[in-house]
Amino acid sequence: MPKIKIENLFKIYNSRSGRISALEDINLEIDQNEFITLAGPSGCGKSTLLKVIGALVRPSRGNLLYDDEALLKPTRDVGIVFQEPVLLPWRTAIENVLLPAEILGLDANTSRARALDLLSLVGLTGFESSYPRELSGGMQQRVAICRALIHNPSVLLMDEPFAALDAMTREELGFELLRIWDTYKKTVIFVTHNIGEAILLADRVIAMSPRPGRIAKILKIDLPRPRTLDMEFTREFKAYSDQIRSVIYHHGVVAR
Amino acid sequence: MTAEITKSGEDIEELEQRKSAIAAIVGPTITLLALVALWEVLARWSGIPSWLLPAPSAIGEAMVDWRGELTVHFMVTLYEVLVGFALSIVVSIPLAVAVVYSPFLQNTIYPILLALQSMPKVAIAPLLVLWIGFGVLPKVLVVFLVCFFPIVVATASGLSAVPPPLLDLIRSLSATQYQTFIKIRFPTAIPHIFVGFKIAITFAVIGGVIGEFVGSDQGLGYLILISTSQSRTPLAFGALLLLTIMSIVLYYAVELVERLVIPWAPKN
Repeated sequence: MPKIKIENLFKIYNSRSGRISALEDINLEIDQNEFITLAGPSGCGKSTLLKVIGALVRPSRGNLLYDDEALLKPTRDVGIVFQEPVLLPWRTAIENVLLPAEILGLDANTSRARALDLLSLVGLTGFESSYPRELSGGMQQRVAICRALIHNPSVLLMDEPFAALDAMTREELGFELLRIWDTYKKTVIFVTHNIGEAILLADRVIAMSPRPGRIAKILKIDLPRPRTLDMEFTREFKAYSDQIRSVIYHHGVVAR
Repeated sequence: MTAEITKSGEDIEELEQRKSAIAAIVGPTITLLALVALWEVLARWSGIPSWLLPAPSAIGEAMVDWRGELTVHFMVTLYEVLVGFALSIVVSIPLAVAVVYSPFLQNTIYPILLALQSMPKVAIAPLLVLWIGFGVLPKVLVVFLVCFFPIVVATASGLSAVPPPLLDLIRSLSATQYQTFIKIRFPTAIPHIFVGFKIAITFAVIGGVIGEFVGSDQGLGYLILISTSQSRTPLAFGALLLLTIMSIVLYYAVELVERLVIPWAPKN
């Protein structure tokens, strides 16, 4: 049984210039603990699809199923990380991590212990009482990842979480994310416009094409785990990235 | 002279930070003292009569002579300003919350507020006197009227300033309206609310004086009217100076409270 199932899903926005088809006929099954990346150029609907999966946006047509049951409103089984950390500036790192636990009314002591574990997992031990303004962009995003995991959701939705970071921090955080994924066993859906990142992290890359947003290709990545940076220079890696590029170029989005 | 001071201030700025901090105080102080000295000299030797333009020394003398009266009137005006300001806070913040949460109220109340704000307060003040009389209350109401609009606008914009991804995050946790307000919206609005407070408090003193000008038998505004009509110009200047000091001190008091309430704000 797939963890998440999307059937014949459409999302149409009504705008002043007419109807815009953001997502067209999306069909996708995501297994428990699978790492999925949604890759594609801007405007391909990948962020919209992520919001649909989080039940934050209602599809115009089609079904969203979690564990074979229709999901119509947001579930606490989901943690979300955005491109910006959007931490609360008046809360310390650990207080930010604890926000979802407070909202859900989870036990304070258990949550605190878990928050400390998570923060130490991302190398932020000693920064628990720091305010966001005292942390670098990469550290803030690490806090945001801990916040998404504090209530132990089985699904982690990430909307270009490393796009605002510099290249080195980005690679570092990618591998940290894989370590977290390995430790806590989550179903991850990760949106990116970086093809290399999409391949290096994923079990499967969902390549999307724009106007209307469609799944252009689903690519199973057979690189061994744990993944390493030098895999980027292998023949297989290049073959994958060529396939994804060809799909994107085929749709005439990116000029060579 | 002024140009030289500015230039030396700039030179110091390139040195250590502490030195530039000292310069930031010393520069303006010297400039101010120089201007007062210049004023003293001009007033004494130009032959301008004291009832037209009193020398700073004459103003100081008048302030010492009338210190009892000045204190009484100062306290009256301060009272009007503080009560009016407090009243505007108590009314404005809940009103802003209502406006942000109810599209109906937003559509109905906002235009009324805007109309009220567009009316010159000087013109409303006589009506207040007509309706309520000569006491302290009409002055408090004028202060309230000038203060409340900036606070409503600032609070409303602050409550709407939550980054959309944060609202998505909160929604994904199925947070209640109350949780969203207490944990996210209101704390987000606090720095904006203080911007409103700071604008309002500078208006507050003006509002109090307007109220006193229109009809009053006490307060620094009243004292200015009376002393100018009796050609006691140095006393009028003294009252004016006190009003200025009141306004500045109140402004910095609000800023101090802001710094205590918002310790997370970056220092500027």
